[in-house]
Order: sequence, then structure tokens, then C-alpha cells
Amino acid sequence: MSGETLTASLTARVGPLVIDVELDTAPGTLVVVGPNGAGKTSLLSLLLGVLPVERARIAIGGTVLSDTEAGLVVPLEERRLGYVPQDYALFPHLTVHENVAFALASRRSDLAPSARDERVRGLLGELGLGERAEHRPETLSGGERQRLALARALSADPRALLLDEPLAALDVHSRDEVREFLGAYLERVALPTLVVTHDAADARRLGHRIAVLEAGRITQRGTWDEIAASPASPFVERFLAERR
Amino acid sequence: MSRHKLRSERLALAGFGSVLALFLFMPLVSLVIATRPRSFVVALGQPFVWGVLELSLLTTLASLAIVVVFGTPLAWTLARRGGAAARAVETLVELPIVIPPAVAGVALLLAFGRRGLFAGILYPEGSSLAFSVLSVVMAQVFVSAPFYLQAAISAFRRVDERLIVVSRSFGAGPLRVFRRIAVPLAAPALVGGAAMSFARSLGEFGATLMFAGNLRGVTQTLPLAVYTALESDLGVAQALSVLLMVVALALLLVARAALGRTGERRGGRE
Repeated sequence: MSGETLTASLTARVGPLVIDVELDTAPGTLVVVGPNGAGKTSLLSLLLGVLPVERARIAIGGTVLSDTEAGLVVPLEERRLGYVPQDYALFPHLTVHENVAFALASRRSDLAPSARDERVRGLLGELGLGERAEHRPETLSGGERQRLALARALSADPRALLLDEPLAALDVHSRDEVREFLGAYLERVALPTLVVTHDAADARRLGHRIAVLEAGRITQRGTWDEIAASPASPFVERFLAERR
Repeated sequence: MSRHKLRSERLALAGFGSVLALFLFMPLVSLVIATRPRSFVVALGQPFVWGVLELSLLTTLASLAIVVVFGTPLAWTLARRGGAAARAVETLVELPIVIPPAVAGVALLLAFGRRGLFAGILYPEGSSLAFSVLSVVMAQVFVSAPFYLQAAISAFRRVDERLIVVSRSFGAGPLRVFRRIAVPLAAPALVGGAAMSFARSLGEFGATLMFAGNLRGVTQTLPLAVYTALESDLGVAQALSVLLMVVALALLLVARAALGRTGERRGGRE
């Protein structure tokens, strides 16, 4: 489990919604759940710094990414956040190998091409994509795409991971297997991780802790068992009922 | 509705529309039919024809290079900015599409001519770019760049924003995102836009005539040569016209093939 923690305290207006949250990933993975329109994806965009904030303090361990009071805003390029968007946003014109190599070379221009290739091959092998290296993303299965998106995010040497609905693009059959793999893999890479999902099974498997986001505010937080013991809102009750 | 009525309504629509198609075909077909192969060969044997063709191709290639090299980053910048200033610039750079070429020629003279607004800075010695081969290129760039810019801006706007955000999250700077992600993804539409821009340069007449003149061997391009030949030798004018039409047709096919590929790519994305 990671020694570092991603902490964020921010206020922002995104369209009609005011997002006002305080959260931290300690220890390990925090899963943010909430209904559609609660501001889950916007929250990730605010952490990445691609949406304007009214007030923010975002840090990973001792590294401050944004502190509006001090007038400090680290640009997205230097935040070192491993971002896996919903549907993965793989580069359609690049092969599996090139997708990862692009990310690695963007962060580590100091690496020689041969060293870069070796690292890319290592990562792809580790994630079971070694034999798919020369294929285009469109030929991959849902699970493979997700692993490629992970490999790509991890190759750029992130301080923390942000995953947006990491299993939503998968069909029901592969979901359980991929969820299991993702849960185990996230524990192994041991980075502070924030996962956004609307799926109860994902939240239970992936999250050490869960935060419930409703209409831009966190209405409940705790472990799965704590939340299950005393659901704080009708949404949480419905959410828990979804879990088979 | 009866099957007979369905068919007759369909035929009526097609028939009504084909009036325009017929009107568009007639001059083009006449041009090809009226030009006998033999007179075509004889006309192309005239020594000045190859000089004119060479000048046309060289100047249009130079304009194309200028349009693509400067236009691609401009289009990317305008596509990424949503402010009022960017919209105003976008409207201004696309204006040459709608203004008459003769007006473009006058505007170029007023800006870059010997007595133009910028003459003092550009030509302190008193000479001028007007009526030189450079002025041919300038006129072509002025009238053709908007066609490329329009295609490029719309292609860049279609690049998935999430791809840009993830690229940036890896640490990729603006130049790297532009070169490795935006341009390759927009490439088919950029090629299509470049072909349209090239075709517009090749056919450019009015602005060139006003700003560069019609000096054989210096500024006389193919369309100007057609205009000149029309007064002396109709056969040569026809041959040059057919030549221009063939090149334009080839460019149109390139543009359509490239734009077709953009459609496939967009359709193929989930």
C-alpha cells in the first residue's frame, strides 16, 4: 500500500453544479461513487487542472499541485497524474507499443530509444500485452484496452492514478475478471489512486475507502462495511441494493 | 401510397435536380469534345506552353508549402481557442473565400504594391514585389489559404479532447501533442484541404492579374495564358483549358479520397 496520499480540497463551479469537496486517498485507493450528474468526472478534471477552480489545494505527499491561496498552479503536464479516462482514450493511430512509448517518451525524454523500448516491452509483458504490441487499439478486447490504458498511464511515472469508470466500457462477461485483475494490480503498484464509478461491485472490490458524491458534495464516507451499515441517503440505499 | 406513385415522385425529384447537373456538365463536355487530340498535341508543342505550365506548377507548389507550413499551426491554434478574438481572426482569415478575386488583387496592391501601405517598410529602395513571380505566389496564398484553413480548423476541432488531455497528463508539451497526436489524426482532412487549396491556386486569375500582371515568362500562369491565347489562338486556349481541367480533376479525386478516409476514421471510432 502506498505511503503517500493524494489530498484535495476544492471548490469550483462546473456548469450549473457547484463542486465543494475535501478528500484523500489514504490508505491506498479511494473510490468516489455517485449518481449521474453528481460531478464525478468533473472532479477528475478539476484534479487534473483542466477545469478552472474557485479555490483549491491539491497535494500528493509533500508535493503541492495546486494552492490557490499561495497562487500556485502546477500545469497538467507537470502534475504527474496517471489518468485513465472513461473508454480509455487510446491513440487510434498508434500501435499498442507506440501508445505506451509515446507516454514514456513524453515524460522521460532523457531515456535512450533502446532503453525506452525495453521499458515499454517490460510493461506490456507485465500486463499481458506483449503479443499485442504491434496491433492497433481497435483490434483489442475491452480488457486488453483497459490494461493498455493502465500501462500507458503507469509508463509516464505517475505520482498518483486517476481512473474514470474503469470498467464501464466492458461487457458484463469480462467485467468480473477484469475487475479482479485491476484490484490486484492496483494493490501491487501501490500508488495513491482515485477511482470514480457508479458501480457498486467496482466500489466494493477496488476501494479501501468509499466517498459518496451527490450534487457536488460528499455526503458520506467510510469503508464499504461502514457505509453498508448505515446508508446516509436514498441514493446510497439504492446503490447498495444493486450489489448482487 | 402506391408503388407507382412512390417511383414517380422519386423520379420527379431526380429529374428536377438533374437540370443543374446537366448545366454543369455541358461546358466541361464541350471543352473536351471540341478539342481534337491532334490540335491538343500541336498546341502543347508550342514552346511557351511548357514555360507557363512550369511557372504555374512551381508557384502553386510554393503557395501550397507556405499555406501548409504556416496554416497548420494557425488552424490548430484557432481550433483550440474559443474566445471572441479567435473567432474574429477565424472570420478574417476565411474572408478571402467570399471576396471577389479582383478585390483581393486591389487589396494586395494597396498593401504590398509600390505605393502600398507597407511599401515604406518592405521596399525602402523604391522597388516592389508587385509584378514579380513572388507576387504570383502572394496572390495565390491570399486566395487559397482559407480553403486549407477551413478544412484544417474543422478537422482539428474533431480531434477527441480526451486524447489531448491524456497526452498532456503524460507530460507531452503543446508541440509534441500537435505533431504526434493532432496532425496525424487530422491528416486525411489536411490532405483534402491542401488539395482544394492547391486547386484554387492553380486556377487563380483575378488577383494575379491585378497584383502580378500578365507578363509572359515572369507572371503568366496557366489561367492567364488561356485568357491571352483566347485573343490569338483558340486552339491553344482550348488545349491549355483541357490541361488545367485534367489537373483539377486529379486534385479533386485526391481531395475526395482523403476526405473519404476522414469519414471512415470518424465512423470507426466508438
